[in-house]
Amino acid sequence: MTPLLEARGLAHAFGPTPVLRGVDLELAPGKLVVVVGPNGAGKTTLLRALSGVLRTDRGIVTLDGTAIQGKTRREIAQRIAVVPQEGAVPFPFRVREMVALGRAPFLGPFGRESQSDVARTESALAALGLEPLAERAYPTLSGGEKRRVLLARALAQGVDVWLLDEPTASMDLGHGLFCFEWLAEWLRAEPARGVLLVTHELGLAARFADELVLLVRGEVVARGEPARVLTAERIAEVYGVEARVERDASGRLVVSPLRAIR
Amino acid sequence: MIARAPYPRSGVLLGLALALVLVLGLSLCVGSAEHATADIVWGIRLPRALLAALVGAGLATAGALLQALLQNPLADPYVLGISGGAALGGVSALALGGGLWLGGAGVPVIAFAGALGASLLLYAIAADGGRAPAHSLLLTGVVFNAFASSLIVFATSATDLARVAGVFLWLIGSIRLVAPALLWAVFALFAVGLAIALRHAYALNLIAQGDETATHLGVDVPSVRRWVLAGTALMIGASVSVSGLIGFVGLIVPHLLRLTVGSDHRLLIPGAALGGAAFLVLADTLARVVLAPIELPVGALTALVGGPLFLVLLRRELARIPA
Repeated sequence: MTPLLEARGLAHAFGPTPVLRGVDLELAPGKLVVVVGPNGAGKTTLLRALSGVLRTDRGIVTLDGTAIQGKTRREIAQRIAVVPQEGAVPFPFRVREMVALGRAPFLGPFGRESQSDVARTESALAALGLEPLAERAYPTLSGGEKRRVLLARALAQGVDVWLLDEPTASMDLGHGLFCFEWLAEWLRAEPARGVLLVTHELGLAARFADELVLLVRGEVVARGEPARVLTAERIAEVYGVEARVERDASGRLVVSPLRAIR
Repeated sequence: MIARAPYPRSGVLLGLALALVLVLGLSLCVGSAEHATADIVWGIRLPRALLAALVGAGLATAGALLQALLQNPLADPYVLGISGGAALGGVSALALGGGLWLGGAGVPVIAFAGALGASLLLYAIAADGGRAPAHSLLLTGVVFNAFASSLIVFATSATDLARVAGVFLWLIGSIRLVAPALLWAVFALFAVGLAIALRHAYALNLIAQGDETATHLGVDVPSVRRWVLAGTALMIGASVSVSGLIGFVGLIVPHLLRLTVGSDHRLLIPGAALGGAAFLVLADTLARVVLAPIELPVGALTALVGGPLFLVLLRRELARIPA
């Protein structure tokens, strides 16, 4: 089966500083792949390379089996939705307008929305419980609300491959958990879909990921099912944190950080 | 699920068009002549009002475009240095006594050449084929403007005193009667600029979110940036070359519209064109009559009204948006 998205030997440096050092990665249909790693590991750079906005010094990214560099931005946007880390917008766009922008890759030259574009926008708003906020100006929202708007925009885009950069940052406990549950459900609904996300939430990552990728200083140090990647030894080594890693009654991995050991 | 009509665009644009017609009518009816003859109304007031409309529309549209392109709601048409180039051209021509060159069109033509020169320079230095981020464009523009200002001061100091008044008036900005051919030329340049702007209005909604988000949503950012910069240069060049540096129109009008009709550039751009036209026609009419028979330069009036108005708007906005 062709992976939705695949990276081979990605290497990149900003000036003299190497950020990625030969990263291999694969997002297969139906999978939730979670990239974790300490600050400065190159996670965001990796996402930028995977979405094709960063052309890496070496290595190749393929989307549906063909090189992403050969595709137009519009072609890529008709396959990949990116939920960025920062949502600072200096203009008071309304929430409904922000979500409607997800339809951009499918609109004609003057951006005229059809009935079905409007319907997709409305159902995306509803799916993330944003109807009460639909007429609010985006800059007036809280951090967590902004995240939900960006998720809704990706949903309105209606494409199969999602890349998310710390989707639960600045979400409270409930919304963060909801976000992962919602993503898992979205994924299950259609087997052609795939999600790759970057997060610092080891607990949520361990619980929901089909595959974990542990990125440290631009290198993949471990990759595979969560229990094989997140061991107590590795967490101590990479994060400098003593943690308890165990399985709960249902057999799912639970990671509890105990104390910093640096 | 409720299917909503996108936005009530036609109503807003119709209202602005109506406002424009009203102020145009007003500008024909008032003036310092006690008994306005048909010659005065159609031969003097109408062309002048039309020029004011074109200049106002050009400045306000360019302001709206640059605000989106630079992702900065406080950008105005003069921020990129295109106007600085025009002013340098215009002032140099005036200082050299070029008021009568090319059948009276010498100053505007040279000013327009200055605007194009500055745009090309900006493009060569900062735009990097459209790839450069917004802030490097902004910085280059600011520095070029400062440089152009110092050259203008230099040119003014070197010229004889009799011509300094003309230079001074030009820098404040004013609407004067121009030859019909020049009026048509301004119209043509504005029309091309507006067409480019409307073609890219939706892409600007995306670019206003940041270059990277726009790219993720399928926009070829460098291409849009190139086109919009070119359209902006045409409109600013055309406006500034006939009227000098009329301030605040390009800042206030798009800003006012953003507060009232929202941020959708498909509405904002035609709205800014109509609103800017109406605003400057009204301002120029007032400039003609408030101290009649003395005429104020309209640039002094727009700055007088625009400055405080802008502070009020800014304050309102700061109160609305949490830090």
